[in-house]
Amino acid sequence: MTSSGVLTGKHFFQGDEACAEGAIAAGCRFFGGYPITPSTEIAERLAHRFPEIGGVFIQMEDEMGSMAAILGASAAGSRAMTATSGPGFSLMMENIGLGVMMELPCVVVNVQRGSPSTGLPTLPGQSDVMQARWGTHGDYALAAFSPWSPQEMFDLTIHAFNVADRYRVPVLLMADEVVGHMVERVVVPPEDQIPRWERKRPDPKKKDSFEPFLAEDPDLVPPMAYAGEGYRVHFTGLTHDELGYPDMSAETHHHLVTRLVEKISHNSENIVRTEDHFMDDARIVVIAYGSTARSARRAVKDARQEGIPAGFLRLVSLWPFPIRQISELADRMDSFIVAEMNLGQMALEVERHIRRPVTGVYHAGGAMMAPDRILKAIREVATRGDTHRR
Amino acid sequence: MRCYAQAILDSGIPQDNHVVVSGIGCSGRVAGYMKTDSYHTTHGRAIPFAIGLKLANPELTVTVFSGDGDLAAIGGNHLIHAARRNVDISIICVNNFNYGMTGGQLGPTTPFGARTTTSPYGNPEVPFNFPYLLAASGANFVARWTTIHVRQLKRDILYMFAKPGFSFVEVLAPCPVGFGKLNNIDTGLDEMLLYKERCVIADGIPIDELGIDLRADQPIYVGHFVDRDLAPYQPVRLEDIE
Repeated sequence: MTSSGVLTGKHFFQGDEACAEGAIAAGCRFFGGYPITPSTEIAERLAHRFPEIGGVFIQMEDEMGSMAAILGASAAGSRAMTATSGPGFSLMMENIGLGVMMELPCVVVNVQRGSPSTGLPTLPGQSDVMQARWGTHGDYALAAFSPWSPQEMFDLTIHAFNVADRYRVPVLLMADEVVGHMVERVVVPPEDQIPRWERKRPDPKKKDSFEPFLAEDPDLVPPMAYAGEGYRVHFTGLTHDELGYPDMSAETHHHLVTRLVEKISHNSENIVRTEDHFMDDARIVVIAYGSTARSARRAVKDARQEGIPAGFLRLVSLWPFPIRQISELADRMDSFIVAEMNLGQMALEVERHIRRPVTGVYHAGGAMMAPDRILKAIREVATRGDTHRR
Repeated sequence: MRCYAQAILDSGIPQDNHVVVSGIGCSGRVAGYMKTDSYHTTHGRAIPFAIGLKLANPELTVTVFSGDGDLAAIGGNHLIHAARRNVDISIICVNNFNYGMTGGQLGPTTPFGARTTTSPYGNPEVPFNFPYLLAASGANFVARWTTIHVRQLKRDILYMFAKPGFSFVEVLAPCPVGFGKLNNIDTGLDEMLLYKERCVIADGIPIDELGIDLRADQPIYVGHFVDRDLAPYQPVRLEDIE
């Protein structure tokens, strides 16, 4: 272990453990959380590891307190994280909105389980993905990623902190119980190879004239001052002007909310991540993410063995939605299949952007999707011979 | 607010180190008027936000400035757990016996029998007794004053900054439009005269008798009720254990 706690080397980690180690490697030193299956192991590992490296672990009294605590820690300059599942995710929504409005970077991990309500605490689901986009009230945008392995639990946690800091926004890591609880090889790189994007910081020589919510750069991100540095900033959840003070005018509200949304949409090329498999000669594309993507890749490989021109597009980022990548495929693909562990959520986005129906392979949750179900759908689509092309 | 500001200036702690965190309500607006780093957060969540600030940077002097409904109703769980943990933050709770910002509804400190817009026939509920509640939860310091006790209030805010652990001062305050109008207290001055008439500085009254009853012949006890030195919350560090 390096002095900063990075466990460089090859490991056999559970997904949740890998997520905790990714946070440590990213320099996260504050965790405020509440136990909930199947994310509890993240909290437990950090309770064990943070005292070794000077991090602060606090088990808060509920998820609202957890979300508020990580925002406070972020305001003080810390990289801060919490971890939960569906029921806790719902409780955190109000303060996720506060994080968006105050532009406070943080990472929220949702290891999804069967939803809605108490659902299936110990079994996987992917049905919170639309909630990740729209769960808190208002117009807003943020980033969300979907890991498909313990290695990605490690890598995408680091990436989540980087995106959060760079764009001053809460970032959601939308894992699922399969990925969270499976144990696989994870390689932790040397500390100096871990990517780090820093927060934009104000000029200390201009403290008196600093406007904390003035975004002068084309990326629409204002520099961030921390508590205690002498900038005497005011942060509020109310609609505010560039100085941070409440401003109740319709004009200011529209301007602010638009900037918060465009801050993400205008920078989406730096945030969006997808992964192509076998797409060069494909005419049928299967789109999937998280643990379902593992089944989808198997199904596509099997279909190709049968001579079907299938390809596989994995969504690594869920939000912002990869509009350009999907729209480009609309010209080339005869058919789209979306496989997800919900009754069709990301499928809605795909349909909206390709302007035609997709074939859905859905399940409400509870078990990793069998590759055969996806293979069956690929065969049916191939037999049907869709030739819709824009 | 003036007492808080004066206490900051007299505290000997650099103004840059003072941070105020507030919730939602009229009292919550104070954050925007203070020339310190200030965070106006969501309803009931000022305390956990303040805990995040303080634990991430222990050099900060963090004060939560909020109202009775924000701190004790929606924020009640955070209030008692912060007191239980004895986190080193100070709370200034402005208690005007109602939810004023939204037009005068009942709250967890509305006296029994008082009229509000959601208790038009008189409040059927018994309010919290903050000193009792917070003493039982584990707070190091609990006091109560009113807006007429400016000297004592400023002195105690100053005291809270320096005192390790969880410190809480309840400040009774008039709300003529939200509360007074429905309860035969016409103006803010009338309510302050009521405080003058009925407040008794009480040392040694049993803590379970410190509830507030605004009916005519009842005293309102003010003063210090808890002042002890239980160990404040410390995040775990391996060097402290080995």
